[in-house]
Amino acid sequence: MKIRLTELAHARSGDKGDTANVGLIALKDEFYPILVREVTAERVKRHFKGIVHGDVERFELPNLGALNFLLHESLGGGGTLSLMTDAQGKTFSTALLRMEIEITEKEAADLHG
Amino acid sequence: MKQNVRIAAGQGFWGDLLDAPVRQVEGGPIDYLMLDYLAEVTMSIMQKQKARDPNAGYAKDFVPLMRRILPTCVERDIKVTANAGGVNVRGCADAVIQVARELGLGGKLRIGIVTGDDIMSRLDEFLSRGIELRNMDTGEPLSTVRDKIQSANVYLGAWPMVEALNQGAQIVITGRATDTGLTLAPLIHEFGWAQNDWNRLASGTIAGHIIECGAQASGGNCQYEWRSIPNLADVGFPIVEASPDGTFVVTKHERTGGWIIIPGIKEQLVYEMGDPHEYITPDCVADFTTIHLEYEGRDRVRVFGIEGRPATEFLKVSISYSAGFKAVGTLVYAWPDAYEKAQAADRILRRRLDRLGLQFEQVLTEFVGVNATHGPLAGPPHPDIPEVQLRVGVRGQDRSAVERFTKEIAPLILTGPPAVTGFAGGRPKVEEIVAYWPALIPKEEITPAVEVLEA
Repeated sequence: MKIRLTELAHARSGDKGDTANVGLIALKDEFYPILVREVTAERVKRHFKGIVHGDVERFELPNLGALNFLLHESLGGGGTLSLMTDAQGKTFSTALLRMEIEITEKEAADLHG
Repeated sequence: MKQNVRIAAGQGFWGDLLDAPVRQVEGGPIDYLMLDYLAEVTMSIMQKQKARDPNAGYAKDFVPLMRRILPTCVERDIKVTANAGGVNVRGCADAVIQVARELGLGGKLRIGIVTGDDIMSRLDEFLSRGIELRNMDTGEPLSTVRDKIQSANVYLGAWPMVEALNQGAQIVITGRATDTGLTLAPLIHEFGWAQNDWNRLASGTIAGHIIECGAQASGGNCQYEWRSIPNLADVGFPIVEASPDGTFVVTKHERTGGWIIIPGIKEQLVYEMGDPHEYITPDCVADFTTIHLEYEGRDRVRVFGIEGRPATEFLKVSISYSAGFKAVGTLVYAWPDAYEKAQAADRILRRRLDRLGLQFEQVLTEFVGVNATHGPLAGPPHPDIPEVQLRVGVRGQDRSAVERFTKEIAPLILTGPPAVTGFAGGRPKVEEIVAYWPALIPKEEITPAVEVLEA
């Protein structure tokens, strides 16, 4: 079944030049493997279509139950050059949490149980 | 040796809550107050201020703050590390010394200053010797913007501040120093950590990373269960309680708002993160995949297990350069058909700009209430949306074109779609763009200078 990431994770995002970073953190340790399986760099790139113009990189932090994504060429030039309201990518965190992912019936039962 | 050192964060950026450092000093026991004032663009603003007034060019807020807290700091032996010196570290120190004397504290404290970060006057020397200072993001050599440069500063690490503390400084003022160094330096000074004790240096660096954004580690901007966060109006800024072995506890003063919880610390850890295996500072390379967190009581999170690696051979340089002009204009359209009206106004505006023959590097339209934060991910707005703000920004090298753009916004009220308002602020302001150029320089090119002055 499909579920929104916001049910499994929280997040914080920031910027470095024209690259936004989104740290995605599992709400419970047992959700982390689901994030690793479903939230791939490729899927994140597709999710941010029209916003991220460069590559998406993913790094794993199993110790924190977190994934870190670098979204290159996503801030309209970045820093002071950008004309965007969110030139620092602060709200990319919740933009990622909009993503829908696929979980198994058993995972769904555990989630709501 | 102390077995426990408490370092309190007082400012997450220049412009943060003015009373936060005062509350940190007065709200409970601390050994150090750490104040981070410098964002990437701050140095260029300060450079301009100094050009107009040779006594300016540092974080002005720091001096009145010192007036408020110096007596308590002296009485309780609280030390301060601050990168408040901007491009005029000595001027900042002189102003603090003046305040100390006015408070009757002359002869009672020493002020350490760290300089050597400002390389503006050496740029041509570097370029002529083949040190190209290429942009770390784009790979372009600095020569492409040489005539537009406004400031150039190296990020210095913890060690020059350690030297100042070792010489008895109670207040340490730096120019462009790393945020993390402001926390790491006191720990090296107190615990005598070695220059190659990479695990402990990485621990102190990560302690610095956790508290350098102030309340963003203690409940501010915290997504996790945000409705449940207690009393953000009185949010307590974070405090690190460190041990000689490098482990530390993140906490805050009692009877303050906000919270210190593991999910909140995790959010701050991933903030502005690149490759988590390689958090590079002048002092070490910290590995964020080795961090472990556990509760040690209410509002107390213990951080342990951190590993680090040797520092690199380079220092990061923060260069600012003039990159043209920009302006942003806004108008608000009301129900009915608010989004459609805002879209129509945008088309009219763009046609007029075209007819005027104005050239821009970029024109960006956002519809606040519809797509300004999440863009196309937000989906179509509700057809009955009560209001939409049209927000149009332009950027280019030609100041007069940007200036002309600012005069085309208000006329839309009488010459465009109806039910429009929100122009009380007058014409948009033209802003000079000061852009940021990150580069690397070999460490051996830079010699930090440390001086300790008597108040």
